[in-house]
Amino acid sequence: MAEHCARLWVHGQSVDLTLVGRDASRVERVAADLRVRSPQSEIRIVQSDFLDTKAIRSTVDAIVTQGDVDVVLIVHGSLPAQSECQDNLEVCSDALEVNGVSPVLFAEAFAKHMGKANSGTLALIGSVAGDRGRKSNYVYGAAKGMVTRYAQGLQHRFAGTGVKVVLIKPGPTETPMTAHLKGQGPKMASAEEVAQKIVDAVDRGQLVVYVPGKWALIMMIIRHLPSFVFFRMNI
Amino acid sequence: MRPVSSWGRLSASAHDVVSFNDPGQIARLVASHPGGIAHGNGRSYGDVCLNPEGVLWHTIGLDHFIAFDQSNGRLVCEAGVLLRDIQRLVIPYGWILPVTPGTQLVTVGGAIANDVHGKNHHVLGSFGDHVQRIRLLRTDGQSIECGPQEQADWFAATVGGLGLTGIIVNAEIQLRRVAGPWLDTETVPYANLDEFFTLADDSEAAWQHTVSWIDCISAGGRGLFMRGNPTDVDDRPEPKGRKRTMPVVPPVSLVNPLSLRAFNMAYFNLKKWQAGRAVSHYESFFYPLDNLLEWNRMYGPKGFFQYQSVVPREVGQEATQAMLAEIARSGEGSFLAVLKTFGDRKPVGMLSFPQPGVTLALDFPNKGDQTKKLFERLDAIVRDTGGRIYLAKDARMPRELFEAGYPHLNEFIKYRDPGISSGLSRRLMGS
Repeated sequence: MAEHCARLWVHGQSVDLTLVGRDASRVERVAADLRVRSPQSEIRIVQSDFLDTKAIRSTVDAIVTQGDVDVVLIVHGSLPAQSECQDNLEVCSDALEVNGVSPVLFAEAFAKHMGKANSGTLALIGSVAGDRGRKSNYVYGAAKGMVTRYAQGLQHRFAGTGVKVVLIKPGPTETPMTAHLKGQGPKMASAEEVAQKIVDAVDRGQLVVYVPGKWALIMMIIRHLPSFVFFRMNI
Repeated sequence: MRPVSSWGRLSASAHDVVSFNDPGQIARLVASHPGGIAHGNGRSYGDVCLNPEGVLWHTIGLDHFIAFDQSNGRLVCEAGVLLRDIQRLVIPYGWILPVTPGTQLVTVGGAIANDVHGKNHHVLGSFGDHVQRIRLLRTDGQSIECGPQEQADWFAATVGGLGLTGIIVNAEIQLRRVAGPWLDTETVPYANLDEFFTLADDSEAAWQHTVSWIDCISAGGRGLFMRGNPTDVDDRPEPKGRKRTMPVVPPVSLVNPLSLRAFNMAYFNLKKWQAGRAVSHYESFFYPLDNLLEWNRMYGPKGFFQYQSVVPREVGQEATQAMLAEIARSGEGSFLAVLKTFGDRKPVGMLSFPQPGVTLALDFPNKGDQTKKLFERLDAIVRDTGGRIYLAKDARMPRELFEAGYPHLNEFIKYRDPGISSGLSRRLMGS
């Protein structure tokens, strides 16, 4: 998802882009692709641990010394099997950290600098799964719910300043993370389509955006279903 | 397991689909999901990209560019990159893919594995003519770098090799200089095959791109000859490129004898009216159908067959006439009927389709036995003239016709990867 956003950002313009990833060789592959797509852009890569607070702090500090950031997009995550989270606390803990704690820590580290500069847009990826806990994926949902509440708080903190905070809530999207789910259930949105919506939302500085848009309606209904109905649903 | 169809929508068998998203992970995934076939964007029509009840290795996630040298037009990219993305990247720099098929929604890996051709075969050959290097990963973990000079035997087996020699991981392509996205085009109506062959002969020297649509229900074989050359006009706005989607699969084929007669008459006369010179954008000239997404749905739930043959030039006119007569006799018809001459060039791959001669491509809604009977009569003409059928489009040809049409088959077999199998390879090669 992040990669498709980056492809849109480098398309036909010259940008300064720093990619942060866990696996250096995978980030290098993405960077090489972006350099071909936009030879005039400056593409840097940074390898970082995503769970260690010191590593996150030093990674973010190093990035902001290159200059003020216009846009920060935090996309990382993993989709654990709910049943494994229930069976194995370690898997459960990893899922909460990678999808919830880690994005929040990155955002908080950037927020400090962006607040000082009084400019920039910070975009976080929540999920429709964070809107109401469901038995099929509530651990992942809880982590994404944390991102949602965090983003709300950050929006409150930066209200009336030059910093914008955008929360994106994608529905099921075709990415490597969901490849094993393809063909089951409803058709997933393409990563390109979702990326275009993310880029547009960042441009506008929209507070909350569901992609595709239909999920705003679906989740409003799901959130408001009374328990006696909701509990009968197998979702 | 989930149902997967190829472009012809003739079947929807269950497949165990595995996605390649990282070249570094392919070997591991192949080891855990053996016996598959690489599947790009699924635009081949028959079973070359299918493996019913078996494993499919989706390569569309291998969509990264690796390097592009603007000074010499060398592009290196992963096998799942779409030709569309290459064109959009390189044309603004004054480069273009030398050869592209009638859709740009195919992957580089698929274009190599089927050694696809375009409207300029008489000038620039097939896609494989412009591939400089292929990185092939065998299912035993061996990695092979091959090109027209290095390991040329592996290269000749892999170009047009239907994905059966290994998994194409990345490739280097030599692009061609171009002034811009526009072509100077001309549409010339012709009344019969005599006129077609005269036009084809007269156009080959001066026009880089030639193709024709033939009205296969007309008795004489009337049609529209289209030819084009790149041009350097640059004062035009890019077309909007509005995409439409065939929204549903209609319960019956929308292509039937009645609609076809109306279609063909309207199309011929409309285009005849507009005939003459024009300036066209490359997307509308090369890929007219790409603006109607999922157009293959219009043939209804049973899908459709493509029948594309090539026969030697000496007998081309009689053979084409005979095939048109068989089609007329059968009462079946084809809307997307394309007639084109191939240049006198040596094919790159052992199983490459293009050979010097005339190629006729036809599509027919699947009506079961009735359609297959017609194909048997067309097969007889192809067999008698020493022609062959295009494997990227085939879903039904008998094995003996395949063996007769592809004389280098025995040589090719030596390069097959024993860990790879497709619907087509089992049907035509027995494994």
